[in-house]
Amino acid sequence: MSSTTYMTLEELKEEFEFLGDWEARCDFLIDLGFELPKLPDDAKIEPNRVHGCQSNVWLIASVNEDHEPATIRFLANSDAMIVNGLIAVLMAIYDDKTPEEIVETDVEEIFHELELDRYLSPARKNGLFGMVKRVRQIAILAASQDSE
Amino acid sequence: MSKIMETQLLDIAAIRDQFPVFRETLPNGSPVTFLDSGASAQKPQCVIDAEREVLETHYANAYRGVYQFGAQIDEELEASREAVRRLINADDSSEIIFTSGTTMSLNMIAFGWGGRHLKAGDEILLNHMEHHANIVPWQQVAERTGAVVRYLPLTADGRLDLQRLDEFITPKTKILSVTGMSNVLGTINPIPELSKRIHDVGGVFVVDAAQSVPHQVVDVIADQIDFLAFSGHKLYGPTGIGIMYGRSDLLEQTDPLLFGGHMIDRVYEDHSSWAEAPAKFEAGTLPIVQAIALKTAVEYVEGIGFEAMHGHEVSLTQSAHQRLMEFPGVTIYGPSIEHKGAILSFTMEGAHPEDLAQLLDRKGVFVRHGHHCTMPLHDLLGVSSTVRVSFGLYNNQDDIDRLVDALQFARHRLRLG
Repeated sequence: MSSTTYMTLEELKEEFEFLGDWEARCDFLIDLGFELPKLPDDAKIEPNRVHGCQSNVWLIASVNEDHEPATIRFLANSDAMIVNGLIAVLMAIYDDKTPEEIVETDVEEIFHELELDRYLSPARKNGLFGMVKRVRQIAILAASQDSE
Repeated sequence: MSKIMETQLLDIAAIRDQFPVFRETLPNGSPVTFLDSGASAQKPQCVIDAEREVLETHYANAYRGVYQFGAQIDEELEASREAVRRLINADDSSEIIFTSGTTMSLNMIAFGWGGRHLKAGDEILLNHMEHHANIVPWQQVAERTGAVVRYLPLTADGRLDLQRLDEFITPKTKILSVTGMSNVLGTINPIPELSKRIHDVGGVFVVDAAQSVPHQVVDVIADQIDFLAFSGHKLYGPTGIGIMYGRSDLLEQTDPLLFGGHMIDRVYEDHSSWAEAPAKFEAGTLPIVQAIALKTAVEYVEGIGFEAMHGHEVSLTQSAHQRLMEFPGVTIYGPSIEHKGAILSFTMEGAHPEDLAQLLDRKGVFVRHGHHCTMPLHDLLGVSSTVRVSFGLYNNQDDIDRLVDALQFARHRLRLG
Protein backbone atom coordinates (compact mmCIF):
# COMPACT_ATOMS: atom_id res chain seq x y z
CA MET A 1 0.00 0.00 0.00
CA SER A 2 2.99 2.29 0.43
CA SER A 3 3.01 2.87 -3.34
CA THR A 4 -0.38 4.62 -3.14
CA THR A 5 -0.08 8.26 -4.01
CA TYR A 6 -2.64 10.92 -3.56
CA MET A 7 -2.68 14.53 -4.61
CA THR A 8 -1.17 16.81 -1.96
CA LEU A 9 -3.23 19.45 -0.24
CA GLU A 10 -1.21 22.21 -1.94
CA GLU A 11 -1.89 20.73 -5.37
CA LEU A 12 -5.56 20.43 -4.54
CA LYS A 13 -5.81 24.04 -3.37
CA GLU A 14 -4.07 25.27 -6.52
CA GLU A 15 -6.38 23.23 -8.72
CA PHE A 16 -9.50 24.48 -6.93
CA GLU A 17 -8.33 28.07 -7.23
CA PHE A 18 -7.69 27.61 -10.95
CA LEU A 19 -11.09 26.00 -11.52
CA GLY A 20 -13.07 28.70 -9.77
CA ASP A 21 -16.75 27.79 -9.86
CA TRP A 22 -18.40 24.89 -8.12
CA GLU A 23 -19.45 23.08 -11.29
CA ALA A 24 -15.87 22.87 -12.50
CA ARG A 25 -14.74 21.80 -9.04
CA CYS A 26 -17.45 19.17 -8.90
CA ASP A 27 -16.32 17.77 -12.25
CA PHE A 28 -12.78 17.76 -10.94
CA LEU A 29 -13.92 15.85 -7.83
CA ILE A 30 -15.51 13.23 -10.10
CA ASP A 31 -12.23 12.94 -12.01
CA LEU A 32 -10.39 12.50 -8.71
CA GLY A 33 -12.97 9.89 -7.80
CA PHE A 34 -12.21 7.89 -10.91
CA GLU A 35 -8.48 8.04 -10.14
CA LEU A 36 -8.87 7.05 -6.49
CA PRO A 37 -6.86 3.89 -5.70
CA LYS A 38 -9.23 0.93 -5.46
CA LEU A 39 -9.93 -0.86 -2.24
CA PRO A 40 -9.83 -4.64 -2.62
CA ASP A 41 -13.35 -6.11 -2.60
CA ASP A 42 -12.56 -8.25 0.45
CA ALA A 43 -11.98 -5.05 2.43
CA LYS A 44 -15.53 -3.90 1.73
CA ILE A 45 -16.88 -5.50 4.86
CA GLU A 46 -19.05 -4.20 7.67
CA PRO A 47 -16.25 -3.47 10.20
CA ASN A 48 -14.59 -1.19 7.64
CA ARG A 49 -17.78 0.65 6.76
CA VAL A 50 -18.02 4.31 7.75
CA HIS A 51 -21.40 5.22 9.16
CA GLY A 52 -23.22 8.44 8.48
CA CYS A 53 -22.69 8.44 4.72
CA GLN A 54 -25.64 8.20 2.34
CA SER A 55 -23.58 5.98 0.06
CA ASN A 56 -21.42 3.11 1.21
CA VAL A 57 -17.92 4.09 2.31
CA TRP A 58 -15.23 1.69 3.46
CA LEU A 59 -11.93 2.78 4.99
CA ILE A 60 -8.82 0.86 6.02
CA ALA A 61 -5.55 2.04 7.49
CA SER A 62 -2.00 0.74 7.82
CA VAL A 63 1.15 2.01 9.51
CA ASN A 64 4.01 3.17 7.28
CA GLU A 65 7.13 2.35 9.26
CA ASP A 66 9.47 3.50 6.49
CA HIS A 67 8.82 6.90 7.96
CA GLU A 68 10.36 8.08 11.20
CA PRO A 69 8.18 8.78 13.07
CA ALA A 70 5.72 6.30 11.57
CA THR A 71 2.82 7.66 9.52
CA ILE A 72 -0.60 6.25 8.73
CA ARG A 73 -1.63 5.29 5.19
CA PHE A 74 -5.30 5.22 4.32
CA LEU A 75 -7.27 3.54 1.61
CA ALA A 76 -10.97 4.35 1.23
CA ASN A 77 -13.61 3.88 -1.44
CA SER A 78 -17.25 4.69 -1.91
CA ASP A 79 -19.68 3.30 -4.46
CA ALA A 80 -20.55 6.90 -5.39
CA MET A 81 -18.09 8.78 -7.55
CA ILE A 82 -18.52 12.29 -6.10
CA VAL A 83 -17.94 10.80 -2.66
CA ASN A 84 -14.78 9.16 -4.01
CA GLY A 85 -13.70 12.64 -5.04
CA LEU A 86 -14.31 13.88 -1.50
CA ILE A 87 -12.31 10.91 -0.21
CA ALA A 88 -9.46 12.08 -2.44
CA VAL A 89 -9.69 15.46 -0.70
CA LEU A 90 -9.51 13.75 2.71
CA MET A 91 -6.56 11.71 1.54
CA ALA A 92 -4.78 14.90 0.46
CA ILE A 93 -5.31 16.14 4.01
CA TYR A 94 -4.63 13.02 6.06
CA ASP A 95 -2.72 10.34 4.19
CA ASP A 96 0.83 9.57 5.23
CA LYS A 97 0.72 11.89 8.22
CA THR A 98 1.73 11.01 11.76
CA PRO A 99 -1.06 10.42 14.27
CA GLU A 100 -0.15 13.69 15.95
CA GLU A 101 -0.40 15.60 12.68
CA ILE A 102 -3.78 14.02 11.96
CA VAL A 103 -5.22 14.89 15.33
CA GLU A 104 -3.91 18.45 15.17
CA THR A 105 -5.26 19.17 11.67
CA ASP A 106 -8.07 21.75 11.61
CA VAL A 107 -10.07 20.08 8.87
CA GLU A 108 -12.97 22.53 9.07
CA GLU A 109 -10.58 25.34 8.29
CA ILE A 110 -9.36 23.45 5.21
CA PHE A 111 -12.91 22.74 4.01
CA HIS A 112 -13.59 26.43 4.46
CA GLU A 113 -10.48 27.40 2.47
CA LEU A 114 -11.52 25.04 -0.31
CA GLU A 115 -15.05 26.50 -0.07
CA LEU A 116 -16.34 22.94 0.18
CA ASP A 117 -18.46 23.92 3.16
CA ARG A 118 -20.46 26.27 0.90
CA TYR A 119 -21.42 23.58 -1.57
CA LEU A 120 -21.97 20.49 0.50
CA SER A 121 -25.44 19.73 1.76
CA PRO A 122 -25.73 18.96 5.48
CA ALA A 123 -26.27 15.27 4.64
CA ARG A 124 -23.09 15.15 2.63
CA LYS A 125 -21.22 17.14 5.26
CA ASN A 126 -22.34 14.61 7.86
CA GLY A 127 -20.95 11.85 5.69
CA LEU A 128 -17.67 13.69 5.26
CA PHE A 129 -17.36 14.31 8.99
CA GLY A 130 -18.19 10.65 9.58
CA MET A 131 -15.06 9.85 7.60
CA VAL A 132 -13.05 12.52 9.44
CA LYS A 133 -14.17 11.05 12.74
CA ARG A 134 -13.07 7.57 11.69
CA VAL A 135 -9.67 8.84 10.50
CA ARG A 136 -9.15 10.65 13.80
CA GLN A 137 -10.19 7.58 15.81
CA ILE A 138 -7.60 5.54 13.93
CA ALA A 139 -4.94 8.17 14.60
CA ILE A 140 -5.77 8.31 18.31
CA LEU A 141 -5.64 4.53 18.51
CA ALA A 142 -2.27 4.47 16.70
CA ALA A 143 -0.89 7.14 19.03
CA SER A 144 -1.96 5.19 22.11
CA GLN A 145 -0.45 1.95 20.78
CA ASP A 146 2.73 3.86 20.02
CA SER A 147 3.11 5.05 23.58
CA GLU A 148 2.62 1.60 25.09
CA MET B 1 -50.94 5.67 -24.76
CA SER B 2 -52.87 8.11 -26.95
CA LYS B 3 -56.06 7.05 -25.24
CA ILE B 4 -54.76 8.24 -21.89
CA MET B 5 -53.43 11.48 -23.35
CA GLU B 6 -56.97 12.39 -24.37
CA THR B 7 -58.09 12.44 -20.76
CA GLN B 8 -55.50 15.09 -20.01
CA LEU B 9 -57.91 17.92 -19.41
CA LEU B 10 -55.76 20.09 -17.23
CA ASP B 11 -54.36 23.42 -18.27
CA ILE B 12 -50.95 22.76 -16.82
CA ALA B 13 -49.57 26.18 -17.75
CA ALA B 14 -52.33 27.81 -15.72
CA ILE B 15 -51.76 25.39 -12.84
CA ARG B 16 -48.03 26.03 -12.82
CA ASP B 17 -48.76 29.71 -12.64
CA GLN B 18 -50.63 29.11 -9.39
CA PHE B 19 -47.40 27.81 -7.81
CA PRO B 20 -45.04 30.75 -7.20
CA VAL B 21 -41.98 28.49 -7.05
CA PHE B 22 -42.25 27.76 -10.76
CA ARG B 23 -42.03 31.45 -11.65
CA GLU B 24 -38.53 31.53 -10.20
CA THR B 25 -35.35 30.50 -11.96
CA LEU B 26 -32.36 29.00 -10.22
CA PRO B 27 -29.11 30.96 -9.74
CA ASN B 28 -27.67 29.36 -12.89
CA GLY B 29 -30.69 30.50 -14.90
CA SER B 30 -32.34 27.11 -15.29
CA PRO B 31 -36.00 26.57 -14.43
CA VAL B 32 -37.05 24.48 -11.44
CA THR B 33 -37.74 20.89 -12.45
CA PHE B 34 -39.31 19.54 -9.29
CA LEU B 35 -39.68 15.77 -9.43
CA ASP B 36 -39.92 15.01 -5.72
CA SER B 37 -43.57 15.55 -4.91
CA GLY B 38 -43.64 12.08 -3.35
CA ALA B 39 -41.50 13.54 -0.57
CA SER B 40 -43.39 16.82 -0.34
CA ALA B 41 -45.42 18.84 -2.81
CA GLN B 42 -44.95 22.48 -3.74
CA LYS B 43 -47.61 24.91 -2.51
CA PRO B 44 -50.09 26.88 -4.58
CA GLN B 45 -50.51 30.59 -3.92
CA CYS B 46 -53.91 30.03 -2.30
CA VAL B 47 -52.40 27.80 0.42
CA ILE B 48 -49.59 30.26 1.05
CA ASP B 49 -52.15 33.08 1.25
CA ALA B 50 -54.40 31.12 3.57
CA GLU B 51 -51.60 30.64 6.07
CA ARG B 52 -50.56 34.26 5.86
CA GLU B 53 -54.10 35.53 6.23
CA VAL B 54 -54.61 33.70 9.51
CA LEU B 55 -51.33 35.02 10.85
CA GLU B 56 -51.95 38.55 9.69
CA THR B 57 -55.59 39.03 10.60
CA HIS B 58 -56.96 36.82 13.37
CA TYR B 59 -54.44 34.40 14.83
CA ALA B 60 -55.21 32.98 18.28
CA ASN B 61 -54.93 29.66 20.06
CA ALA B 62 -57.67 27.15 19.34
CA TYR B 63 -60.47 25.83 21.54
CA ARG B 64 -59.51 28.19 24.36
CA GLY B 65 -61.02 31.64 23.96
CA VAL B 66 -64.53 32.97 23.40
CA TYR B 67 -63.15 36.25 22.14
CA GLN B 68 -63.55 37.08 18.45
CA PHE B 69 -60.25 35.76 17.17
CA GLY B 70 -60.52 32.58 19.20
CA ALA B 71 -64.03 31.92 17.98
CA GLN B 72 -63.05 32.52 14.37
CA ILE B 73 -60.06 30.17 14.64
CA ASP B 74 -62.28 27.47 16.15
CA GLU B 75 -64.78 27.82 13.32
CA GLU B 76 -62.07 27.65 10.68
CA LEU B 77 -60.52 24.58 12.26
CA GLU B 78 -63.87 22.84 12.28
CA ALA B 79 -64.43 23.86 8.66
CA SER B 80 -61.08 22.31 7.80
CA ARG B 81 -61.98 19.14 9.67
CA GLU B 82 -65.20 19.03 7.70
CA ALA B 83 -63.33 19.53 4.42
CA VAL B 84 -61.11 16.55 5.24
CA ARG B 85 -64.15 14.50 6.24
CA ARG B 86 -65.66 15.21 2.83
CA LEU B 87 -62.37 14.45 1.05
CA ILE B 88 -62.17 10.93 2.44
CA ASN B 89 -65.95 10.50 2.83
CA ALA B 90 -65.89 9.81 6.56
CA ASP B 91 -69.20 9.65 8.44
CA ASP B 92 -68.52 12.36 10.93
CA SER B 93 -65.93 15.09 11.35
CA SER B 94 -65.23 13.88 14.91
CA GLU B 95 -63.47 10.95 13.23
CA ILE B 96 -60.90 13.34 11.74
CA ILE B 97 -57.97 13.88 14.10
CA PHE B 98 -55.38 16.57 13.43
CA THR B 99 -51.86 15.27 13.95
CA SER B 100 -48.42 16.42 12.91
CA GLY B 101 -48.26 14.06 9.94
CA THR B 102 -48.56 10.50 8.68
CA THR B 103 -45.86 9.20 11.02
CA MET B 104 -47.58 10.61 14.09
CA SER B 105 -50.92 9.23 12.89
CA LEU B 106 -49.52 5.74 12.39
CA ASN B 107 -47.84 5.81 15.79
CA MET B 108 -51.12 6.89 17.37
CA ILE B 109 -52.94 4.03 15.68
CA ALA B 110 -50.27 1.45 16.48
CA PHE B 111 -49.89 2.39 20.13
CA GLY B 112 -53.38 3.72 20.77
CA TRP B 113 -55.32 0.81 19.31
CA GLY B 114 -52.65 -1.88 19.00
CA GLY B 115 -51.11 -1.17 22.38
CA ARG B 116 -54.49 -1.67 24.05
CA HIS B 117 -55.86 -4.63 22.10
CA LEU B 118 -52.92 -6.74 20.94
CA LYS B 119 -51.73 -9.65 23.03
CA ALA B 120 -49.08 -12.34 22.77
CA GLY B 121 -49.49 -14.46 19.65
CA ASP B 122 -51.64 -11.95 17.77
CA GLU B 123 -50.39 -11.13 14.32
CA ILE B 124 -49.80 -7.81 12.59
CA LEU B 125 -49.63 -8.19 8.84
CA LEU B 126 -47.36 -5.84 6.91
CA ASN B 127 -45.38 -6.25 3.69
CA HIS B 128 -41.99 -5.24 2.37
CA MET B 129 -43.13 -2.21 0.40
CA GLU B 130 -44.18 -0.31 3.52
CA HIS B 131 -42.54 2.94 4.54
CA HIS B 132 -40.60 2.73 7.81
CA ALA B 133 -43.41 4.73 9.45
CA ASN B 134 -45.70 1.78 8.78
CA ILE B 135 -43.20 -0.82 10.00
CA VAL B 136 -41.28 0.52 12.98
CA PRO B 137 -44.26 1.52 15.19
CA TRP B 138 -45.76 -1.95 14.66
CA GLN B 139 -42.44 -3.61 15.52
CA GLN B 140 -42.37 -1.58 18.71
CA VAL B 141 -45.95 -2.44 19.63
CA ALA B 142 -45.25 -6.09 18.86
CA GLU B 143 -42.24 -6.03 21.13
CA ARG B 144 -44.30 -4.61 23.97
CA THR B 145 -47.37 -6.80 23.55
CA GLY B 146 -45.87 -10.09 22.39
CA ALA B 147 -47.65 -9.82 19.06
CA VAL B 148 -45.87 -10.98 15.92
CA VAL B 149 -45.17 -8.95 12.78
CA ARG B 150 -45.57 -10.93 9.56
CA TYR B 151 -44.91 -9.89 6.00
CA LEU B 152 -47.19 -10.74 3.13
CA PRO B 153 -44.84 -11.61 0.26
CA LEU B 154 -44.59 -9.46 -2.84
CA THR B 155 -44.73 -10.78 -6.38
CA ALA B 156 -41.60 -10.48 -8.54
CA ASP B 157 -42.98 -7.28 -10.06
CA GLY B 158 -43.55 -5.61 -6.69
CA ARG B 159 -47.23 -6.17 -5.99
CA LEU B 160 -48.83 -7.82 -2.97
CA ASP B 161 -49.02 -11.56 -3.60
CA LEU B 162 -52.78 -11.91 -3.32
CA GLN B 163 -52.58 -15.64 -4.11
CA ARG B 164 -51.06 -16.14 -0.69
CA LEU B 165 -53.49 -13.99 1.30
CA ASP B 166 -55.15 -17.03 2.88
CA GLU B 167 -51.85 -18.18 4.32
CA PHE B 168 -51.30 -14.83 5.95
CA ILE B 169 -54.73 -13.51 6.83
CA THR B 170 -55.97 -15.89 9.50
CA PRO B 171 -57.99 -15.54 12.68
CA LYS B 172 -54.71 -14.63 14.38
CA THR B 173 -54.35 -11.55 12.20
CA LYS B 174 -55.54 -8.65 14.30
CA ILE B 175 -54.21 -5.87 12.10
CA LEU B 176 -53.50 -5.48 8.42
CA SER B 177 -51.67 -2.24 7.76
CA VAL B 178 -50.87 -1.41 4.18
CA THR B 179 -49.87 1.53 2.06
CA GLY B 180 -52.39 2.84 -0.46
CA MET B 181 -49.53 3.46 -2.85
CA SER B 182 -45.88 2.49 -2.50
CA ASN B 183 -43.57 5.47 -2.18
CA VAL B 184 -40.88 3.59 -4.12
CA LEU B 185 -42.53 1.17 -6.52
CA GLY B 186 -45.59 3.31 -7.13
CA THR B 187 -47.68 0.16 -6.68
CA ILE B 188 -51.34 0.91 -6.03
CA ASN B 189 -52.71 -1.67 -3.63
CA PRO B 190 -56.17 -3.28 -3.93
CA ILE B 191 -57.65 -1.61 -0.87
CA PRO B 192 -61.26 -2.91 -1.19
CA GLU B 193 -60.16 -6.53 -1.54
CA LEU B 194 -57.71 -6.32 1.36
CA SER B 195 -60.35 -4.64 3.48
CA LYS B 196 -62.80 -7.43 2.85
CA ARG B 197 -60.26 -10.16 3.59
CA ILE B 198 -59.12 -8.73 6.91
CA HIS B 199 -62.66 -7.96 8.03
CA ASP B 200 -63.66 -11.55 7.24
CA VAL B 201 -61.33 -12.67 10.04
CA GLY B 202 -62.39 -9.84 12.35
CA GLY B 203 -59.19 -7.83 12.04
CA VAL B 204 -58.63 -4.10 11.83
CA PHE B 205 -57.67 -2.50 8.53
CA VAL B 206 -55.18 0.38 8.56
CA VAL B 207 -54.19 2.33 5.43
CA ASP B 208 -51.13 4.52 5.10
CA ALA B 209 -52.54 6.94 2.54
CA ALA B 210 -49.58 9.34 2.50
CA GLN B 211 -48.93 8.69 -1.18
CA SER B 212 -52.44 7.83 -2.33
CA VAL B 213 -54.48 10.76 -0.99
CA PRO B 214 -52.76 13.32 -3.27
CA HIS B 215 -53.47 11.26 -6.38
CA GLN B 216 -56.68 9.30 -6.11
CA VAL B 217 -60.07 9.30 -4.47
CA VAL B 218 -59.92 7.72 -1.03
CA ASP B 219 -63.28 6.66 0.38
CA VAL B 220 -63.13 5.23 3.89
CA ILE B 221 -66.78 4.14 3.79
CA ALA B 222 -66.83 2.47 0.39
CA ASP B 223 -63.48 0.79 1.05
CA GLN B 224 -64.28 0.03 4.68
CA ILE B 225 -61.07 1.46 6.02
CA ASP B 226 -60.87 1.40 9.83
CA PHE B 227 -57.92 3.74 10.28
CA LEU B 228 -56.29 6.00 7.73
CA ALA B 229 -53.21 8.21 7.95
CA PHE B 230 -51.92 10.94 5.68
CA SER B 231 -50.06 14.25 5.62
CA GLY B 232 -51.06 17.72 4.48
CA HIS B 233 -47.73 18.58 2.91
CA LYS B 234 -47.92 15.95 0.19
CA LEU B 235 -51.40 17.22 -0.70
CA TYR B 236 -50.15 20.69 -1.67
CA GLY B 237 -50.96 21.77 1.88
CA PRO B 238 -48.82 23.00 4.78
CA THR B 239 -46.15 21.01 6.57
CA GLY B 240 -46.63 19.93 10.17
CA ILE B 241 -50.24 18.92 9.77
CA GLY B 242 -51.47 15.39 9.22
CA ILE B 243 -54.63 13.41 9.60
CA MET B 244 -55.53 10.32 11.51
CA TYR B 245 -58.94 9.00 10.58
CA GLY B 246 -60.54 6.38 12.78
CA ARG B 247 -64.02 4.91 12.66
CA SER B 248 -65.86 6.36 15.65
CA ASP B 249 -66.46 3.07 17.49
CA LEU B 250 -62.78 2.20 17.08
CA LEU B 251 -61.69 5.61 18.30
CA GLU B 252 -63.65 5.00 21.47
CA GLN B 253 -61.56 1.89 22.02
CA THR B 254 -58.33 3.68 21.22
CA ASP B 255 -56.08 5.19 23.88
CA PRO B 256 -54.58 8.61 23.36
CA LEU B 257 -50.83 8.72 22.87
CA LEU B 258 -50.30 12.20 24.22
CA PHE B 259 -51.78 13.49 27.45
CA GLY B 260 -52.18 17.07 28.56
CA GLY B 261 -54.22 20.15 27.79
CA HIS B 262 -57.48 20.07 25.80
CA MET B 263 -57.69 16.26 25.61
CA ILE B 264 -59.20 15.84 29.07
CA ASP B 265 -62.75 15.73 30.35
CA ARG B 266 -61.95 16.13 34.06
CA VAL B 267 -58.65 16.07 35.88
CA TYR B 268 -58.55 15.07 39.53
CA GLU B 269 -55.51 14.89 41.77
CA ASP B 270 -55.09 11.19 41.24
CA HIS B 271 -56.73 10.43 37.91
CA SER B 272 -58.32 11.95 34.82
CA SER B 273 -60.95 11.19 32.25
CA TRP B 274 -60.75 11.93 28.57
CA ALA B 275 -62.74 14.14 26.27
CA GLU B 276 -64.50 12.62 23.28
CA ALA B 277 -62.74 12.29 19.94
CA PRO B 278 -61.31 14.26 18.24
CA ALA B 279 -60.21 16.29 21.30
CA LYS B 280 -59.06 13.11 23.08
CA PHE B 281 -56.30 12.75 20.49
CA GLU B 282 -55.37 16.41 20.15
CA ALA B 283 -53.47 17.21 23.35
CA GLY B 284 -51.64 20.50 23.45
CA THR B 285 -51.73 23.27 20.88
CA LEU B 286 -52.42 22.16 17.35
CA PRO B 287 -50.50 23.42 14.33
CA ILE B 288 -53.39 25.88 14.04
CA VAL B 289 -52.40 27.87 10.98
CA GLN B 290 -51.44 24.76 9.05
CA ALA B 291 -54.60 22.91 10.02
CA ILE B 292 -56.74 25.81 8.77
CA ALA B 293 -54.81 26.15 5.51
CA LEU B 294 -55.22 22.42 4.93
CA LYS B 295 -58.81 23.20 4.02
CA THR B 296 -57.61 25.45 1.23
CA ALA B 297 -55.38 22.67 -0.09
CA VAL B 298 -58.24 20.17 0.03
CA GLU B 299 -60.52 22.55 -1.85
CA TYR B 300 -57.75 23.22 -4.33
CA VAL B 301 -57.34 19.56 -5.32
CA GLU B 302 -61.10 19.01 -5.30
CA GLY B 303 -61.45 21.99 -7.61
CA ILE B 304 -59.00 20.44 -10.05
CA GLY B 305 -60.56 17.02 -9.71
CA PHE B 306 -58.91 13.69 -9.02
CA GLU B 307 -59.84 12.22 -12.36
CA ALA B 308 -58.12 14.99 -14.30
CA MET B 309 -55.09 14.90 -11.97
CA HIS B 310 -54.86 11.15 -12.30
CA GLY B 311 -55.11 11.24 -16.10
CA HIS B 312 -52.40 13.85 -16.29
CA GLU B 313 -50.09 12.02 -13.91
CA VAL B 314 -50.58 8.71 -15.69
CA SER B 315 -49.57 10.27 -18.99
CA LEU B 316 -46.47 11.80 -17.40
CA THR B 317 -45.53 8.53 -15.73
CA GLN B 318 -45.96 6.61 -18.98
CA SER B 319 -43.92 9.09 -20.92
CA ALA B 320 -41.14 9.20 -18.31
CA HIS B 321 -41.13 5.40 -18.10
CA GLN B 322 -40.67 5.12 -21.84
CA ARG B 323 -37.91 7.73 -22.01
CA LEU B 324 -36.02 6.32 -19.00
CA MET B 325 -36.03 2.84 -20.51
CA GLU B 326 -34.19 4.24 -23.55
CA PHE B 327 -31.07 4.64 -21.39
CA PRO B 328 -28.77 1.62 -21.28
CA GLY B 329 -28.65 -0.31 -18.03
CA VAL B 330 -31.79 1.22 -16.53
CA THR B 331 -33.97 -0.85 -14.22
CA ILE B 332 -37.31 0.61 -13.18
CA TYR B 333 -38.65 -1.14 -10.10
CA GLY B 334 -42.21 -2.16 -9.44
CA PRO B 335 -45.13 -3.30 -11.52
CA SER B 336 -46.12 -2.38 -15.04
CA ILE B 337 -47.48 1.07 -15.55
CA GLU B 338 -51.19 0.20 -15.21
CA HIS B 339 -50.66 -0.92 -11.62
CA LYS B 340 -48.74 2.09 -10.42
CA GLY B 341 -49.15 5.74 -9.57
CA ALA B 342 -46.98 8.72 -10.38
CA ILE B 343 -43.74 7.32 -8.97
CA LEU B 344 -40.79 5.80 -10.83
CA SER B 345 -37.78 4.47 -8.94
CA PHE B 346 -34.83 3.29 -10.95
CA THR B 347 -31.16 2.45 -11.02
CA MET B 348 -28.74 2.93 -13.88
CA GLU B 349 -25.83 0.57 -14.31
CA GLY B 350 -22.50 2.25 -13.56
CA ALA B 351 -24.08 5.30 -11.95
CA HIS B 352 -24.62 5.52 -8.22
CA PRO B 353 -28.00 7.08 -7.33
CA GLU B 354 -26.28 9.67 -5.16
CA ASP B 355 -24.08 10.78 -8.08
CA LEU B 356 -27.09 10.90 -10.37
CA ALA B 357 -29.14 12.98 -7.92
CA GLN B 358 -26.28 15.41 -7.39
CA LEU B 359 -25.52 15.77 -11.10
CA LEU B 360 -29.22 16.20 -11.98
CA ASP B 361 -29.37 18.94 -9.38
CA ARG B 362 -26.74 20.83 -11.37
CA LYS B 363 -29.29 21.04 -14.19
CA GLY B 364 -32.06 22.13 -11.84
CA VAL B 365 -33.67 18.69 -11.85
CA PHE B 366 -34.65 17.73 -8.32
CA VAL B 367 -35.05 14.02 -7.64
CA ARG B 368 -34.78 11.92 -4.52
CA HIS B 369 -32.20 9.21 -4.05
CA GLY B 370 -31.49 6.72 -1.30
CA HIS B 371 -33.58 4.04 0.36
CA HIS B 372 -36.62 6.33 0.70
CA CYS B 373 -37.22 5.05 4.24
CA THR B 374 -37.94 1.58 2.90
CA MET B 375 -34.87 -0.44 3.81
CA PRO B 376 -36.67 -3.82 3.88
CA LEU B 377 -37.90 -3.15 0.33
CA HIS B 378 -34.44 -2.18 -0.88
CA ASP B 379 -33.01 -5.32 0.75
CA LEU B 380 -35.57 -7.29 -1.22
CA LEU B 381 -34.72 -5.47 -4.45
CA GLY B 382 -31.03 -6.14 -3.76
CA VAL B 383 -29.97 -2.50 -4.03
CA SER B 384 -29.08 -0.13 -1.23
CA SER B 385 -30.33 2.90 -3.05
CA THR B 386 -32.47 4.03 -6.00
CA VAL B 387 -33.29 7.28 -7.77
CA ARG B 388 -36.93 8.28 -7.46
CA VAL B 389 -38.85 10.51 -9.82
CA SER B 390 -42.29 11.45 -8.51
CA PHE B 391 -44.84 13.72 -10.14
CA GLY B 392 -47.30 16.30 -8.94
CA LEU B 393 -50.11 17.89 -10.86
CA TYR B 394 -47.85 20.79 -11.91
CA ASN B 395 -45.31 18.68 -13.77
CA ASN B 396 -45.31 18.68 -17.56
CA GLN B 397 -43.58 17.11 -20.54
CA ASP B 398 -40.87 19.78 -20.41
CA ASP B 399 -39.91 18.43 -16.99
CA ILE B 400 -39.44 15.00 -18.53
CA ASP B 401 -37.37 16.46 -21.37
CA ARG B 402 -35.16 18.21 -18.84
CA LEU B 403 -34.88 15.01 -16.78
CA VAL B 404 -33.72 13.12 -19.86
CA ASP B 405 -31.23 15.84 -20.83
CA ALA B 406 -29.90 15.97 -17.28
CA LEU B 407 -29.48 12.20 -17.23
CA GLN B 408 -27.50 12.43 -20.47
CA PHE B 409 -25.33 15.05 -18.85
CA ALA B 410 -24.86 12.88 -15.75
CA ARG B 411 -23.96 9.86 -17.87
CA HIS B 412 -21.39 11.91 -19.72
CA ARG B 413 -19.87 13.16 -16.46
CA LEU B 414 -19.79 9.65 -15.07
CA ARG B 415 -18.05 8.45 -18.26
CA LEU B 416 -20.94 6.29 -19.34
CA GLY B 417 -21.38 7.83 -22.78
